[in-house]
Amino acid sequence: MKDLLRALGLALCLAVLPTLAAAADLSRDRIKGLDEQVQDIKQDVLAISTELLQLEETLIFPSSTQVSLFVSMAEGSRLQLDGVDVRLNGQAVTHHVYTHREVEAMRRGGVQRLYTGNLRSGEQELEVTVRGPEGFQERASHRFSKGAGPALVEIVLSGGSAPVTFIDR
Amino acid sequence: MLSRSLPSRLLWCLLWCLAAGAVAPVQAAETRLPGSERDLFLGEAFYYAGQERFFDAISRLDAELLQYHRVDERDRDPLHIHAGLAHFSVGDFELSYRMHNKAGRAIAAVLEGNVRQSVRNEAAYRLARIYYEKGDHENALLTIERIDGALPERVRDDERLLRAQIYIVNDRHADAVEVLRRLERVPGYEGFAGYNMGVALIQQGDERRGLAQLDRAGQIRVRGHDPAALAIRDKANLVLGFHLLQGERPEEAAQYLNRVRLEGPFSNRALLGSGWSGVAQARFDRTLVPWSILYQRNPTDKAVQESLLGVPYAYANLDMHGRAALLYGEALEAFDRELDRLHASIQSIRDGHFFRAMVREEIRLDSNWLVRLRELPESPETWYLMELMASNDFQTLLKNYLDLEDMRQRQTAWLTDLDAYEDVIARRRDYYAPLLPGIDARFRVLDSMIRLRMEQRQSLDDRLQRLLVAPDPKMLMTADERLLLLQLDRIEDEYRSDQSATGEEVRRRVARLRGRALWDIETAYPQRLTDAFDNLRELDQHVQRLDEIYAGYVRTRQAATQSYQGYDERIRNARARIRQDQDRVAQAMKGLEHMLERMAIAELEARRDRLEQYRVRARFAMAESYDRAVKAQQQALIGEGAP
Repeated sequence: MKDLLRALGLALCLAVLPTLAAAADLSRDRIKGLDEQVQDIKQDVLAISTELLQLEETLIFPSSTQVSLFVSMAEGSRLQLDGVDVRLNGQAVTHHVYTHREVEAMRRGGVQRLYTGNLRSGEQELEVTVRGPEGFQERASHRFSKGAGPALVEIVLSGGSAPVTFIDR
Repeated sequence: MLSRSLPSRLLWCLLWCLAAGAVAPVQAAETRLPGSERDLFLGEAFYYAGQERFFDAISRLDAELLQYHRVDERDRDPLHIHAGLAHFSVGDFELSYRMHNKAGRAIAAVLEGNVRQSVRNEAAYRLARIYYEKGDHENALLTIERIDGALPERVRDDERLLRAQIYIVNDRHADAVEVLRRLERVPGYEGFAGYNMGVALIQQGDERRGLAQLDRAGQIRVRGHDPAALAIRDKANLVLGFHLLQGERPEEAAQYLNRVRLEGPFSNRALLGSGWSGVAQARFDRTLVPWSILYQRNPTDKAVQESLLGVPYAYANLDMHGRAALLYGEALEAFDRELDRLHASIQSIRDGHFFRAMVREEIRLDSNWLVRLRELPESPETWYLMELMASNDFQTLLKNYLDLEDMRQRQTAWLTDLDAYEDVIARRRDYYAPLLPGIDARFRVLDSMIRLRMEQRQSLDDRLQRLLVAPDPKMLMTADERLLLLQLDRIEDEYRSDQSATGEEVRRRVARLRGRALWDIETAYPQRLTDAFDNLRELDQHVQRLDEIYAGYVRTRQAATQSYQGYDERIRNARARIRQDQDRVAQAMKGLEHMLERMAIAELEARRDRLEQYRVRARFAMAESYDRAVKAQQQALIGEGAP
């Protein structure tokens, strides 16, 4: 019986130290080597991603016709955001339903690129509908001019007396 | 007896192991840029970073920085206001994306980031944390000691806790204790600080104060239902209990082990330890209380498996050999079932089910994915691997594996995108290429006409400018006046030699008419000059409009060409690089799979070996118990038959 007790005692010790025994055989150097290899790959893949973003911009959204709409939240905004619908010159161009993480990222100062498209130069009519819980809905419109360069419009959500404002960038 | 079974080296390992887990979560940073001139693209990078989508954050910000460095007038780019922050942030995001190569931007961000000291300090804190979690204690220490001055308030206490833990793993226990003292009374950190201080003191050799400290940490009042604080309190009691068991003070040990909550993550180990304290005191009736609770729990847990042997062992020591034999039989059946499941789990991992489950998107979207993973019917092995999966080594490998899987999916999508781009380019070429020669020919004709008119306009301008300096009324004569003067010259020539009275009269009238014409030319000159300038200005407006149309045409023409020319090589290169990296990603994933598989299988095999040992011991113990039960029965019968 004493043997059994000793065996169990040792097992008890192993039970509270589950990972040490299993990890003991594995080389930490090998883990480190793999980690560094992954970091190198990340660096290369990120460089390609950047290159492709630039390629996409020049090919699909050249600066002469590019229009981009961004959404941000004013500091201290308590607006409960569910979704946004956007119409450009009377045409529905995009809508977005927000996740909790997206709203939180905007609350902390992140700016969402909601839409990128192409437009002729000239006067443009933008209409934004913001939706929130319990049937909240706010519609706002904005005219902006598209010149020779890209047109950037920031839609600022504040939730106050003017819940939606626009800034031409 | 227990002191022999629990070598002190292992106990310290336990302390270290538990201390390593006692880190409070990091709060997300506020990334709002001040002022209305903030750069939208930098804000966009923060948007992705705020969702922990660091790959997107880095590549977007990199693209923006490349563009910023290409422009000549950087002051006109809104990014110039935050250029320092942008450069720092891209390194900071790399840090969060676990790219902490020595020569990388993440390190540069920490060492020389052009941002506020507090922001840089926060990055150093996070880098130190990565080193610490990856087991690189030396670099963790070097990095944490780079922090100079203030830190943002929301990470100040976390930094102190991490600093103390780094001191502990670098054997600077006195420094750790000093840091932890400042944290001991900070709400929410009492347990973490108290626990780590106890560990540091014990490792420093001050066992008396260390145990007292752990005792205090094991009794902290927890506000509300804070699972982390409750867990650290349990952990303190567990470590204290095992330390006392090792020191052959089982009665005191039981007191601390019994403080551990019955429903917490350390409950099974505490119940097991509590039972062992009864064994050590030869109080088997007491042993049965915690072990009987444990016996009813999930048999995949190691502590529960041990109780399957422990309970009959206790009954045997209470001379209840029949019951002991039956329970050993039940234990054997349970071990057989578990061994079957372990064999199946090892096979399942070898068949790749484990990895397929781990990379499922819906699992990863859940912040509690590790727990969700074990609920998947196709991955029963995760039941056995929870502890292994929570270890830093496994987490490092797993996160890398998931990052590689994410990149693999992106690469596949990019190759499809490139095919689509080529299709777009071919369509544009088919549309524009036949049209452009005709348009260019017409444009060349118009262009030469425009150039001629522009030269004429310039000539007019030059002449008017000269008139301002040297007035010349004849320059602004009307066509009629010019014809009149020519006509008068002709008449004058005709009558120049006529000496008759008629000739005299004609010359006189010509002179009068010339005088009249010149008078008009002279007197109208100022008004005519003004009108000429007004007309030139009006002409300039038309010229400006012409310029705009011209520039618009040139831009459109250029855009038409650029819409399909100059991409072939870029696309070809990008495709080649993606394919090359696809191979590297696949190779690295295989390496990680192999490593993770080895770790998982090693863990399962260790469990299997232990269970097989348990099974052998259970068989012997069962036979012994049967013998004793039979002997006892025979003796009872003899006793009954005795006169």
